[in-house]
Amino acid sequence: MKSTPLSAAIAIAVGLIILLGTFLPVPLLATVRFELLQWAMILLGVATLVGVGNLFSVHFKKIRRREKGAVNSLTLLVAMLAVLLIGVVTGPLHPWMQAAVEAVIIPVEASLMALLAVTLLYASIRLLRRRVDMMSIIFLGTAALMLLGSVFLPRIGAIPFLSDWIRPWLMYGPAAGGARGLIIGVALGALVTGLRALFALDRPYGGK
Amino acid sequence: MTTYLGLGLILLATILLLAFTFIKRKVRPAFREIAALVHLRKAAGLAVEEGTRLHVSLGRGGLVTARGADSLAALALLRHVGGQNSISDRPPVSTSGDPLLSILSQDTLKSAYRSAGVEELYESTNGRLAGMTPFSYAAGAMSVNRQEQVSTEVLIGDFGPEVGLLTESNERENAALIGAASDPAAQSILFASTTEPLVGEEMFAMPAYIGDDSAQRASLQVQDILRWVIVAALLAASLLKLAGLI
Repeated sequence: MKSTPLSAAIAIAVGLIILLGTFLPVPLLATVRFELLQWAMILLGVATLVGVGNLFSVHFKKIRRREKGAVNSLTLLVAMLAVLLIGVVTGPLHPWMQAAVEAVIIPVEASLMALLAVTLLYASIRLLRRRVDMMSIIFLGTAALMLLGSVFLPRIGAIPFLSDWIRPWLMYGPAAGGARGLIIGVALGALVTGLRALFALDRPYGGK
Repeated sequence: MTTYLGLGLILLATILLLAFTFIKRKVRPAFREIAALVHLRKAAGLAVEEGTRLHVSLGRGGLVTARGADSLAALALLRHVGGQNSISDRPPVSTSGDPLLSILSQDTLKSAYRSAGVEELYESTNGRLAGMTPFSYAAGAMSVNRQEQVSTEVLIGDFGPEVGLLTESNERENAALIGAASDPAAQSILFASTTEPLVGEEMFAMPAYIGDDSAQRASLQVQDILRWVIVAALLAASLLKLAGLI
């Protein structure tokens, strides 16, 4: 993609229309904004096809060069082409396509999520080995108190004082305050980053 | 009222950003040192010397979402590290979980190579789509760490809890890790998993610290000013509430 002043001008104009359409209740702006967003959705669909093509070429190259993990790449390409073929021939609502989603994709993602729980526990245990400072101790202590405040023990039920005093105080006091502070900071960063793109100071659409 | 306040904030930010970017000043603004970014600069240089790879994970978010700015910040950083490491035997790889972002990452890498004068070394397969759901993205990005001699991984962009899988794979491969995300869940995981965590808006500061771009530096200054404006507004509102005026 060659960067030209015209592409920058179009991007700035479209960005401004979308921004103004969000804030100002002008019917014409709302209509134009809606139409432009529709175009963006169509482009996104085309981008998905291009992205899948990229995924294919990356793994095809690995197989051709017999790189490490080429067998995994071959499995991926065979599965990808098989699902694509079934999807195109039978349509997305066919039982075979449903089976691909319900019997393969969802269970695999659920397994990864389960693995994540173990991974996070392991990461927490390693935290004090990696970095022993006040913030790490507060972080782990808070996490432990929140977990203990959420559990129901046999016969006892919720742990008194911890579940009805400490946990709500931590959640709605320091944790909520800290999270709001983080979110305000992130929002400011996002605002300025968006403005940089809007005024072509950063150009993700064709380089600078 | 809220609409006009929002519009006012955007207008103020725009004026400040353009002024700080284009008005030449004698003294360059000084920024505090962030340990993780000093480490990133060193790690990027070392990757070239050692002939190992730098892996920039751009997250699984797209540009047409509420977290689109995260992806823009990630692309800005990719441009800097892509240019710096373009002459490496093993050029940097970027992975993303959104097709639009993967196309933009290829374009960003290409323009970084062009700026470095080595456009002929650019390969489109270095900007990859790793997967299209959060966990398939994580699985795809993990395989890059395992198979391609990655010595440093930079996680920057829109991540959720799945970032834990990436940090774990990184730990197993013994690669250096620099991570920043805007999602609070991802931030807490990165805090527990990295030696030098980046918190909150520090993610948006990464391109300014790594590169030498006046617009990036200006945006940091604008963020600081806006932060003080918001602090003052919060304090004023609290005092007015205490006094019973609002």
